[in-house]
Amino acid sequence: MCTPFSGRGKAFAWLPAGLFSVAVLVTPLTFASLLYAADSGDKSREAESSLVSFEIIDNIHSKAIPKSLTGKKGNPKRGEVVMINRKLGNCLACHHLSRFDEKAKALPNKYGDMGEVGPPLDAVAERYDAGQLRLLLVDAKEVFPDTIMPAFYKVKGLHRVLPDYEGKPILEPQDIEDVLSFLLTLK
Amino acid sequence: MKRTLFLTLVVIAFLGALISTRTGVAGDGRTKSVAPLVKDNPLSNLWSGFYYAKTETKDMQLDDFENPGMLYVEEGEALFNKTAGKADKSCASCHGNVAVSMKEAGARYPVYYPPLKRLINLEQRINLCRSEFQKAERLEYESRELLALTAYVRHQSKGVPVRVKVDGAAEPFFEKGKAFYYQRRGQLDMACSHCHEGNYGKMIRSNQLSQGQANGFPTYRLKWQGLGSLHRRFRGCNKQVRAKPYAFGSENYVNLELYLNWRGGGLEVETPAVRN
Ligand code: HEC
Ligand code: HEC
Ligand code: HEC
Repeated sequence: MCTPFSGRGKAFAWLPAGLFSVAVLVTPLTFASLLYAADSGDKSREAESSLVSFEIIDNIHSKAIPKSLTGKKGNPKRGEVVMINRKLGNCLACHHLSRFDEKAKALPNKYGDMGEVGPPLDAVAERYDAGQLRLLLVDAKEVFPDTIMPAFYKVKGLHRVLPDYEGKPILEPQDIEDVLSFLLTLK
Repeated sequence: MKRTLFLTLVVIAFLGALISTRTGVAGDGRTKSVAPLVKDNPLSNLWSGFYYAKTETKDMQLDDFENPGMLYVEEGEALFNKTAGKADKSCASCHGNVAVSMKEAGARYPVYYPPLKRLINLEQRINLCRSEFQKAERLEYESRELLALTAYVRHQSKGVPVRVKVDGAAEPFFEKGKAFYYQRRGQLDMACSHCHEGNYGKMIRSNQLSQGQANGFPTYRLKWQGLGSLHRRFRGCNKQVRAKPYAFGSENYVNLELYLNWRGGGLEVETPAVRN
């Protein structure tokens, strides 16, 4: 596998079906002044799109999305699968995780070739709480504006997206919750 | 006494190592980094992609008999000397001694071309000569013939430091190329700079990121099992972030090509390079 990411293949068509079905489960976005600090001119960007709505709480010291995107708990086992999948999270393209060292030897196709572009994910749950991690997954640029890390749940403000991916986030809301629940085991 | 002497030697050795890395002789003993030609280059040290290649790949590039790109260069030489088109002329009819006439072009292109009021790259210059002077059909971008001719012409500049002109009429195009370089794109929302400026030297999956330099093109890629143009590389780097690529030879890519060659100004032309 030479490219860090390659197209989300047909093989993944089984993934959580439409965004639509999920959207129904979610509370609508409210524009309380707490949300999306004043600097943000694109408050409604996700609301306009087909994505489920979520609130980014910005209390200066820490930005976060405290509430689950789906209202459901995540499944850490499935989260691990989404993370390592090179067409989905592909987190290991950039991150090392010591917990996977053994598996990397046994299953190099899945866990091998961990990259070093981002910091190791070891003990990440000691550095961030759930809401902060959820925001990092949804759109890391909210926290690190210049980061290389993709926003996994964002469709607006992107330039020249290939038609197959247009209007689609990299991950579905339940994928995010599942990955998050796995990350929370890292302490 | 002996001990001080020993320590002094250690310090000298250490400083020596430090200086040699500063001047950029890499651990492989075969790669030099060069200081950029201009001060405002965002890179403080320039490294050819050669440096990041595997040892076997480097060996392959350096040995003309093993370098699979040299097959294309030879084909290019044959084409260069063959008459084509209604004018019944070969390239050689006008560009006699290639070692002299084509020595610099590969290091200087793209250039501003007044009749078209935009930049042209080497491929496009060659096609202009075909249509204007040979009265022959243009060769398709990425066709074996155009790759071969381009590789042959740029091979004449092998070892010549890249030096493109970015001021005067070229400047607005240079600025567009620069903007392209820093523009985030695709579903993954990354700019060239995220991989090739901020993270070169690091592993992204099984690939070590290089500075994404253009000095070896057209390049033989093992993955392609063939020679490919810089624009083919651009398309690949666009598509891997799930961004719509531009057409081969498009103005956007030629502008980007100028900008990239400016970033690599001072690196020696390596055509045909061999890469993973
Ligand atoms: C293209 C590379 C890349 C990919 C892919 C990527 N990340 Fe990141 N990630 C980074 C970088 C770089 C940072 C550091 C933030 C910065 O300064 O840019 C980071 C930071 C983080 C952090 C904060 C770590 C800390 O210690 O501060 C977490 C958590 C994280 N990433 C999780 C993930 C997860 C989970 C995935 C997969 C769903 C993922 N990343 C995919 C590059 C990447
Ligand atoms: C009838 C003569 C003629 C033929 C045939 C011809 N060229 Fe040219 N070529 C020129 C002239 C004249 C220029 C300079 C044009 C200019 O500066 O506008 C030129 C310029 C070039 C340059 C740019 C050189 C530089 O230093 O800027 C390249 C490269 C080139 N030709 C390659 C070729 C190739 C390859 C062929 C065969 C496919 C070819 N030419 C056929 C006359 C010719
Ligand atoms: C997701 C990371 C990523 C992005 C973004 C990216 N590239 Fe690359 N690029 C790579 C990888 C991986 C390679 C192969 C290893 C290497 O040389 O870095 C590569 C190789 C190259 C090469 C070949 C270098 C050589 O020595 O043969 C060039 C040129 C290049 N990229 C230019 C670009 C340009 C221009 C852009 C922006 C349009 C870009 N890349 C965006 C990952 C990226």
